Amino acid sequence: MNFVLSILFSGFAVVLVVLIPWVGVWAFDLRFFFGVIVPYLAMATFFIGIVVRVIDWGRSPVPFRIPTTAGQEWSFPWIKRNPIDNPKGTGGVIVRMIFEVLLFRSLFRNTSLEYRNADGGLRVNYEWEKWLWLAALVFHWSFLVIFLRHFRFFLEPVPAFVTLLENLDGFLQMGVLPLNGLGIPDVYITDLLLLAAVTYLFLRRLYLPQMRYISLPADYFPLFLILALGLSGVLMRYFIRVDITAVKELAIGLFKFSPKVPEGIGVIFYIHLFIISVLIAYFPFSKLMHFAGVFLSPTRNLSNNNRYVRHVNPWNYPVATHTYEEYEDEFREHMIEVGLPVEKGIEPEAKAEEAEKE
Amino acid sequence: MADTPKPDELSKVDHTPPLFKGWMDTPVEIKPGIYCYGSKPKDLKYVDFPNPRDWSPVDDDWKLPENWEEIVHEGFKDRLDRFRSVKLFMDICVRCGACADKCHFFIGSGDPKNMPVLRAELIRSVYRKKFTTGGKLLGRFAGARELDEDVLKEWWYYLYQCTECRRCSLFCPYGIDTAEITIFGRELTNLLGLNTDWVAAPVANCYRTGNHLGIQPHAYKDMLEFFTDEIEDITGLRMDPDYNRKGAEILFITPSGDVFADPGTFTCMGYLMLFYYLKSLGLDITWSTYASEGGNFGFFTSHEMAKRLNAKMYAEAERLGVKWILGGECGHMWRVINQYMDTFNGPPDFLEEPVSPITGTKFENAKATKMTHIIEFTADLIRNNKLKLEPSRNDNLKVTFHDSCNPARGMGILEEPRYVIKNVCNNFYEMPPSTIREQTFCCGGGAGLNAGEDMELRMRGGLPRANAVKYVHEKYGVNMLACICAIDRAVFPDLMQYWVPEVEVTGVHEMVANALVFDGEKERTTNLRGEPLPGMEDEEDV
Repeated sequence: MNFVLSILFSGFAVVLVVLIPWVGVWAFDLRFFFGVIVPYLAMATFFIGIVVRVIDWGRSPVPFRIPTTAGQEWSFPWIKRNPIDNPKGTGGVIVRMIFEVLLFRSLFRNTSLEYRNADGGLRVNYEWEKWLWLAALVFHWSFLVIFLRHFRFFLEPVPAFVTLLENLDGFLQMGVLPLNGLGIPDVYITDLLLLAAVTYLFLRRLYLPQMRYISLPADYFPLFLILALGLSGVLMRYFIRVDITAVKELAIGLFKFSPKVPEGIGVIFYIHLFIISVLIAYFPFSKLMHFAGVFLSPTRNLSNNNRYVRHVNPWNYPVATHTYEEYEDEFREHMIEVGLPVEKGIEPEAKAEEAEKE
Repeated sequence: MADTPKPDELSKVDHTPPLFKGWMDTPVEIKPGIYCYGSKPKDLKYVDFPNPRDWSPVDDDWKLPENWEEIVHEGFKDRLDRFRSVKLFMDICVRCGACADKCHFFIGSGDPKNMPVLRAELIRSVYRKKFTTGGKLLGRFAGARELDEDVLKEWWYYLYQCTECRRCSLFCPYGIDTAEITIFGRELTNLLGLNTDWVAAPVANCYRTGNHLGIQPHAYKDMLEFFTDEIEDITGLRMDPDYNRKGAEILFITPSGDVFADPGTFTCMGYLMLFYYLKSLGLDITWSTYASEGGNFGFFTSHEMAKRLNAKMYAEAERLGVKWILGGECGHMWRVINQYMDTFNGPPDFLEEPVSPITGTKFENAKATKMTHIIEFTADLIRNNKLKLEPSRNDNLKVTFHDSCNPARGMGILEEPRYVIKNVCNNFYEMPPSTIREQTFCCGGGAGLNAGEDMELRMRGGLPRANAVKYVHEKYGVNMLACICAIDRAVFPDLMQYWVPEVEVTGVHEMVANALVFDGEKERTTNLRGEPLPGMEDEEDV
C-alpha cells in the first residue's frame, strides 16, 4: 500500500458514491429510495453509531489521572502557575477543553522541523508553522457555519440566527466578486473557505513526504467525500439550480417523519444528499469520531491534582510485593554487622549454628 | 557492542521516507546499536514474569510461547476494557502529522517508524484487524494487518525506541499520548517474556534489594559513608546521616543512581550536606536501605510491576512511623509519584500533610500523597532565607537547565528548579524556548533505554537536546547542564561527551551544596568534585 494506491482507492470509492445516486435517480427513478430511505438509514446509523461508540469508550474506566501538563503546576503562592495548561481543578479543565475544542490550542503549538547539515555544521530549528492549525480551524468552523445555514431547509419559519448567519456569511462577499449581478446569488465566504481548506489539507498530505507516508485511504476518503459534498453543493447553489421549495418540502417531511418526495428535484440534489448520507453513516466507524473523542481524552480533560486529590482506580487489585520482613530476613546479618537497625535480632538457634561454623 | 558512528556521520539524517514503498511493506530490520539486549531468565523468574528464557532480539527464533497470538489477543482485549486512554487512542487519530517531527528519535534517526503517529499505527493496524469490522473486511485498505512474528518484532523494536517522554502528546490536538501506547505495548510484549536486560535486571534488583542497582543494605550505608568522608575532606565537618530510623519525622527517598555513579554522586552529597545544615534548624530525617530507590523501572514494564516496586515507599514510611516523605531529584520517579502512587498504593492515612519543619510552610499540593519534591522543599527554604548561600562559589559555571520530561509534562515543576539555580549560581542561561519547559526534549535514554549496547540510539535520540545545549554553549559559553533527574545524570555525560564535550552535567543540589555556607566549616578550596573553587586555583590543597 502506498499513497498512489490509497488515493486511487479512496477516489474510486467517492466516484462510486457520486455515481450510485446519479444512475439510481436518473436511470431508475429511485427517488424515494435516495430521497427518504437512504437518509433515514444514514441518520439512524449516525446517531446509534455515535452513541454506541461513546458508550463503548465510556465503559472503559480511566484508571489513572494522566494529564499532559503544559505549564507550571500549582505550588507556592509566590510561584506563578499556569491555570489553563496545567489545571488545578474543574474550572481550569473546562477552560482548557474550550480552548482545545473551539480553538485547537494544542495544534496551535505546532512547529516545523528544519534540519540542515550543510558546510556550516548541523543546524536544527523548530520553525513557525501555523498553516495546519489555520486550515483545520477554517475547515471545521466553515463546516459548522454551512451546517447551521442548512437549517433554513429544515425549519419553517427560518430561525433568526440562521438568517443572521446567512447575512454575515454572504454580506462579506457582496460586491466583491464580479459574479454579482449575473443572476448568481451572493457567494458565501464559508463555501469558498471550506473548499480551499479541504484542498489544502489534501495537498498537504500529498506534498509533504512524511504526511504522504503516514496517510491511509481512511484519510483521503473523508477528504474526497467532503470535497465532493462541497462541490455538489456549490454546483447546486450557483450553477445547476434546483427547485428549493421542493427540496424544503422533502427536508421538512423527513424531519416530521411524514416523508414524501415532491416532483421536479434535479439529480444533483440526490447526489448531494447521498454524499452527506454516506458521510454521516461512515462517521461512527471512522477517525471522524475524533469530534467526540476529544472530550474524553484523559491527557486533556483531567486536573493535575493527583498529589492533593486522590484518584481511585476501579480495578485496582492487590499485588505481590517484597516486604520489609522478607528483605530483612535475607540481609539481617549484614545489617547487624554494620549497625543498621533491625526488627528482629538473629535468633539464638541461628547464632548457635554460626558459632558452630566458626 | 556496535561501534557508534562519529557525530559528523551520525548527524547526516534524512527525514524523507520512501516514496512508493509503504510502511506496511517495509519489514523491520533490527540493527545493532539501536536495540537493547534481551532479558535474562533469572530476572524474569525473580518477579514471576512469564516465559523466562535466554533470547536475543537478533535471533530468528524468539522462543515465544506456543499460544503467543492468543496471549496477545487476550491481553489486548483486556487492556482495551481497562484503559480508556488505549481504547480512545486506537480510534481517534486522524494522522494530521503534528506529532511527526516532534519526536527526538525521529529527529535524530529519520526512521519514519519513529514518528509517533507511525509508532502508534504499528499497533493500531493490528487493533483494526482484530477488533473493528472495517479492518476485518477491508484489510489493508482500512489500514489493518494481521499480527505475525515479524509484526511482533517490529512492535518490540519500536516500543523500545520510545522514551515515554510525552512531547508528542503536547502537540496532539486530541492529546493522544504515545507514552500510553508504549506502556500498553510493552505490557503486551512482557506477557511473552520480551523484556530487555537493561529493564528486567533493575526491576529484579529493585524488588529484592530495594534499588535498581542491587545495592545491599550494608553496601548502601558504606557508599553514603564514603560520601561523608569526601564531604569531611572538603568542609572539615562530619555529616553522618541516619538509616532506617524509626520515629524520624521525614523519610527521604532518592534514585539509587545518585548513590552509585558520578555525577549523580555529587547530587547525593548535596542532599547529605543540606540535611546536615538543616539538622540544627529542626530537620529530623532518615534514609532507608529498603526503600532505597526513587525511580521505578517497573513503570517501563507494566503498571502492575510499577505498583509492586512503588509499594515500598509507603510500606517503609508506615514501618518507620514517619510523618511524610521527601523525594529526591528524579524524572520518571516523579511521574509515578505524581500520577500513580496514591492510586496504586494509597491512601497513606498513616502519614500527615507535609509541613516544612524549618519554615512551617505547608506543602498543600502534596496533601494526599504526602510526598514533597526536594526542589520544592529547597525553593521554600531559600524563599524564607533559611540558607546562607555563597553563589560565587559556582562562578566557574555557566549553567543551563534541562527540564526533564516527566517533571515537565507529567507534573509541571518548571519554576522551582530555576528559582533554586538562580539563587545558588550567578550565571544562568536558557536554551531556546522550543526545547525547554513543557516543550523540553528527552535526554534520549529514558524509559529504560540508557543501556550501553544501544549507544547509537541514545546519541540519535539525544541529538535535539544536545543541539540546544551546543547552541547556548557557543552563544554564552555554557559549560554546565543542570537537571533534576537521575537518568539524565546517567545519560547526559555520554551525550555531552559525544556532541558537546565542553559541557558537564550536574544535579541542582550539587550546586546548592557548593554554595551552602556552614558554621564552623573550614575554608573550602574545592567544590564537591574536588575541583578548585573560583579564586582558589593556586591553593596547595588542590
